[in-house]
Order: sequence, then structure tokens, then C-alpha cells
Amino acid sequence: MTDPALAATPERRIELAALKPARLIFHLTGILLSAMAVVPLLWMVSMSVKNSDELFGTGLLPQHPTLANFLYVFTQVDFARYLLNTLFVSASVTVIALFFHSMAGYALARLRFPGRDAIFLAMFATFLISQPVIIVPLFILVRWMGMLDSFAGLIIPSVFNAFGIFLLRQFYLGVPRELEEAAVVDGAGFFRVYWSVILPLSRPILSALAILFFLANWNSFLWPLTITTDRKLWMVQVAISTFRAQYNASWNYIMAASTVVALPTLAAFVVFQKRIVESIKTSGIK
Amino acid sequence: MAEATSLRGTAAAPAQRRAVAGRLRNRHREWLAGYLFVAPDALGLLVFIGAPMLLSLSLGFFEVSGFGTYEFVGLANYRRMFHDPLFLLSLRVTLTYIVMLVPALYVSGLGLALLIQRSTRFNAVVRSLLFMPQTVSLVVVSLVWQLLLVDKIGVVSRLLRPIGLGWISWLGDPHFALAVIVVVSVWFLMGFYMLIFLGGLQDIPQEYYEAARIDGAGRLSCFFRITLPLLRPTSFFVLLVSTVTAVCGSQTFDLVYVMTRGGPANTTSLAIFYVYQQAFLFNEYGYAAAMASFLVLVLIVLTVCMFALTRGGRFTYD
Repeated sequence: MTDPALAATPERRIELAALKPARLIFHLTGILLSAMAVVPLLWMVSMSVKNSDELFGTGLLPQHPTLANFLYVFTQVDFARYLLNTLFVSASVTVIALFFHSMAGYALARLRFPGRDAIFLAMFATFLISQPVIIVPLFILVRWMGMLDSFAGLIIPSVFNAFGIFLLRQFYLGVPRELEEAAVVDGAGFFRVYWSVILPLSRPILSALAILFFLANWNSFLWPLTITTDRKLWMVQVAISTFRAQYNASWNYIMAASTVVALPTLAAFVVFQKRIVESIKTSGIK
Repeated sequence: MAEATSLRGTAAAPAQRRAVAGRLRNRHREWLAGYLFVAPDALGLLVFIGAPMLLSLSLGFFEVSGFGTYEFVGLANYRRMFHDPLFLLSLRVTLTYIVMLVPALYVSGLGLALLIQRSTRFNAVVRSLLFMPQTVSLVVVSLVWQLLLVDKIGVVSRLLRPIGLGWISWLGDPHFALAVIVVVSVWFLMGFYMLIFLGGLQDIPQEYYEAARIDGAGRLSCFFRITLPLLRPTSFFVLLVSTVTAVCGSQTFDLVYVMTRGGPANTTSLAIFYVYQQAFLFNEYGYAAAMASFLVLVLIVLTVCMFALTRGGRFTYD
């Protein structure tokens, strides 16, 4: 009677018995919800390999899969160029942004200088200002700077956002001071400390941010749509948005192009999912 | 004694002074480094976010022609705004969108997070799959959903045919188009809010639940007495961010631009889309800027209200 193990067993058995159907329902719910999230994307891929005569056939699996749609997209449209443009812009923005943000984040977390907290607050205040709200004056400003229809116009305004600075500052606040102090005692300048102590330390967070920045820029639509009229500078998102008008009901072409655009981001997510998930989980205010 | 101290004092003074000077120089060096490190981002944010915000306010007082000439018109743009039935309609559409989207995101985000909060392998897979839509571009999302929603022969219509709803033109009917935009927005965004809630749930100490269980508390009372109250900062963050997202998130523009262009009958003409139309289709930059600065004002008021209501996200109203 007094033995706790004996007292616990019947209860636990009841609990387990009650859990089994509950667990089944739980798993089914999970599978159903995941399916709802993923099936539209599978539909896109399936459509991209379908013949034009079985587009709206019933099945998810195509009867006669074909790669002709992809061939069409790459030969009839300058799709490779749009992909290269997007790759170049996204990579440039990511590299520049990580460099600037890590410097700023480090200074705001570690260096002491007058006005530091005010600067951080001012930067943080831009956190909620999203691009759509300031698109008109931003366009006018960039036009005045002569950056319409240029890579500079696509890249430079996209570099700056408070989110990256904020996350990096948080990260640097958690780095033990001793590590840099050792380098300072050795007589290293602040840039040396940043470059050879701080940057290597921040590899994990930098790689997580790199993925997020790259995805955001690869997927960005409004800004490239607004400032590029020259087809040679088009980014993929702008290009595929015009497909709908061009190939009205040719959903196989539209979905082939969409698949090409979405595949790199989906692949990046599958490979780096752990890092992406972790960095987003910590971004909420606690 | 006194002589000794003064002697020591004079001997130590220069060295001390040198040390102080050195420290000062070091301190100034640190100042300089700090300013230089912050400068690129600070200037960038100032030029590409700060300046446009100020410009937006002042641009509203001008009539801007397509050729870039400016004419001061005072409050005319602001006055015109409140007599423009299409702008007022777009505000109503935006409000409806907020009222539908924010609770939907809150409930779906929290619900999903609760469902898969235990870290099992199954849950990790579900979590990743639910987040997947987030990684796809909104243009692709719009195109895929347009495909699924094609009238009569689209997948959705065919699935709904057995229950007699196959005839509905989801994107063509003024009654349903905005609801469809909400559904697609939730589908796209829920994974993100789920992760934010998961982060919040992880911060709740497990001991609370154990203690409650020993006291005989059921699951429901655990949820209402422990989870929800301790989740208040996360809830605040989610409500704030999702409201801002509903007003001017990128999905607000992208989905409408690709899927409906504001139609049918302007029922999906969200304010941010209307602003874009006025600026870049009709070259009404001044008018568009006036409307945009009004939206900024609304956002600021919303933020302050929510901040006041929740006392800075601490939610200590009891």
C-alpha cells in the first residue's frame, strides 16, 4: 500500500489506455494539417509536369509526366536571365546586410559611446515600418538618386532592416566578454577584434540570418516591380507575375515557372530547417 | 607622514595622469569605433526608411505630376481622401481583413503550437511541413491558389461539388473574394505564428504544470490558468505584429495584386493596394503619399492603443 510504485501502476495503466485513441486522433490531425499545408505545393509540382491535355484531370499524379513545360519556360522566355538577376541581387543584399548588421549589432551590444541607446531605439522604431507603407516616397527618393532601373536600386534600399540588427545585438549581448578582452589586451584594434574574434563566433546566427535574408530577397516582389521597367533587370517574381496575363490558361507553363522559382527556397528550407525554425522561435519578444 | 604622502603623490602624479590620458584616448577610440561601426546601418535606415517617412508626410501637401514637378496644394490631398468613396471603401475592406485575419492567425498559431509542442520526431516533421508555405514566394502562392480555385474545374470546386458548392466562383464573387484572400493569408502565415507561440510555450517552466497536476487540475484549467496568462507577452507580440501585417504586410499587397487586382467590385481593394494603384497607375504620387501617411498614423495609434491596453505587453490587469 505504501509502496509508491505499486500505487502508481494502475493509474498509469489507465492513463495509457486512455491515451491510445487520443494519440491516434492526434496523429491523424497532425497528418491532415500537414497535408493542408503541403498539398497545394505538390499540386504545383504535379501541374508542372502535366501535358496540356490533362491539366484538369482528377489525379495528383500525372498520367504522362513530361519536362516539356520546363523546356518551354527556359527557351521561350528569358527565364535564366531572371534567375541570375535574382541570384545576384539576393546574394549581394545578404552579404552586405550581414556585414553592416553584425558591425552595428556588435557596437550596440559591446562598445560604449554616447548616444548608443538612443541610436538603438531609433533603429528599433523602424521595425514596424514595412516597405509597402513607404513605397511611394521611397520610389521618389530612389528616382531622384538616379537608381531606377539599376542593380543599385534593387540592392541598396533592401539592405537595411532593423530585424537583423536587433537579433545580432541580442546575440552579442550573450557572448562572454572575456573573449574580446583577451584580444584587446593583446593590443588589437576594435575592427581586428570584430573581424577575427566576433565574426567567427557569430557563424551560427549569421548563417541563420543569411538564409532568412536570401529567402526574403529571392521572394520579394513589390520593390522590384516598382522600380524596374527594363526587362533585362527583371527579377523572377516580377517575371512570373506577368505569365498569368501572358499565358492565360496555360497553367502547365505557369506552374513549371513557379516550380523553378519555388524549388531553391523549398530546398534551402529542407536543408536548413532546424536553424530557420530556431531563429524564428527566438525572434518573438519574451 | 604628511611629507611622505605628498612625496608619493608628486611621484605618482605624472604616471597617473598618463594613465588617465591613455584611458581617455582609449575611451575616445572606443567612441570613434562605435560610431563608425554603427554608421553604415544608421545612415542606411535614415535614408531609406526615415527619410521616406518624413517625405511621405510632406509629399501629401503637394500635387506631383508624372514629370516630377511639385505644386503645393496644402491640405487638398487630405481633404480629397475623406471624400473619395474608393478610399473609404478600401479602409472598410482593410478593417474587415484585420478583423478576420488577426483572430484567425492567433487561434491557428496557438492551436498548432499547442498541438505539436512536445518535441517528438513526428512533431518536428509536422512543424516543418506547416512552416513550408512561408518559404515560397507570395507570387507563387497566389498563382498556385488561383490554379486551385479555377472556376468549376479547379480542385476546390471539384471537391466541393458533392456538397453542392461547386458552382461558386471563389475569386469572382464579391461575397467570397476577400474571405479567400484571408484563407490564403492564413495558410501562408500560420507557420510563422506557430513558431513564435512555440518559443513562448517553451519559456513556461514545466514545474507549474506538474504542480497543477498534483493539485488535480485538468487540461483545460491548466490552459486557462497557466498557459494563457504566462503567454501574455507572446500574445501581445503576435497581436501587434499580425495587425501590422494585416494593414501593410507584403502578403497584403502581393496576394491582391496577383490574385484579384482589387476586384471583384473593389471588394479586395485593401488600402495598401489602393495607394499603390493611385501612385503607380494614375501617377497621383502626392495623393498616394497622403493616404499612406494616414495609414502610418493608424498604425501608430493601433500600436499605442494595444500598448496601453496591455500595459506594455505585461498584461497585469488582474
